[in-house]
Amino acid sequence: MGILDTLESQVDAVVGWGRKYSLFVYPFVTACCGMEYMAASCAHYDTDRFGAAYPRFSPRQTDLLLVVGTISHKLAPVLKRVYEQMAEPKWVIAFGVCTCTGGFYDNYATVQGIDTIIPVDVYIPGCPPRPEMVIDGIMKLQDKIQREKAGLLRRRTMSVAEIPSPDTLSTIGGLTPHGQSKR
Amino acid sequence: MAKTPVPPSEERLLPRVRALLGGRVLDSHCHRGDETIIVPAESIQDVMRALHDDEELDFEILMDLCGVDHMPRRPRFEVVYHLCSYRKRHRLRVKVQVDGPEPVVPTLRDLWPGADWFEREVWDMYGIRFEGHPDLRRLLMYDGFEGHPLRKDYPVTRRQPLIGPRN
Repeated sequence: MGILDTLESQVDAVVGWGRKYSLFVYPFVTACCGMEYMAASCAHYDTDRFGAAYPRFSPRQTDLLLVVGTISHKLAPVLKRVYEQMAEPKWVIAFGVCTCTGGFYDNYATVQGIDTIIPVDVYIPGCPPRPEMVIDGIMKLQDKIQREKAGLLRRRTMSVAEIPSPDTLSTIGGLTPHGQSKR
Repeated sequence: MAKTPVPPSEERLLPRVRALLGGRVLDSHCHRGDETIIVPAESIQDVMRALHDDEELDFEILMDLCGVDHMPRRPRFEVVYHLCSYRKRHRLRVKVQVDGPEPVVPTLRDLWPGADWFEREVWDMYGIRFEGHPDLRRLLMYDGFEGHPLRKDYPVTRRQPLIGPRN
């Protein structure tokens, strides 16, 4: 292990520390979970303690896409567009069971899990999730960000086009079309 | 002093409605004070105009307009109108029954502008066409969606996503 590797790991640690405590959030709020998001992000639970409370309503200025609430098929292209507009590095939290799997909306209108459209880093189930679960999800994402290679010389995520189609998905080690990360 | 509640099955409006509409009332009933009439689909515009203009009934509000699929019953579809009079403080439910793969009901868009989106929703969900509607597009589902999802014969597992897999 050379001096350069040591240096890179130290740089990774510093960059990860900086990234995990400055998450600018894009709240993609569509449904009742939004109430719980407001409760979690305001004074009582105060996600600002984790540096993740500052909502930016421009995807170009955000790091974290917080998908809160049921996503219908009609809305799905909008969600994908917002994700694509975000600059790297970017992370996604699926907030609530509707975004994780479609929840009990197993019907003609609802996307059965947003991970069929965009990659997801952390899933927070619940209908709606308690603020404690939201905070736990943010902390898990922070751990994940800290562990990541900062990738100053390389891109960290795969593009949306690389998400496996359901045909190839069924052949990959028994992965189900939803409920599992595609990373 | 508390008001005496209305006896549950007392018909308050139906005598007047029958006198006004005559033979166009195909059927009527009153369940716990909720009065309902069934009229022929082709006469719905005349019926609604009469109920709207009548001074005693004075139905100035169309509260709701919705479709029902009664498959396998014949006639299969129903369109249900809920009328209300704020001034007279009473309500009436009007139903029409239609059948066939492409049922048609005359529009009420000209009488109540609020019927516009209601009728578009019923067209979207049930495929009941409203004759004379100026802009009968889907309201909730997207362009390219095939079929009418609240019909009982729409497969419950059928998915038509715009992007992503059909799961």
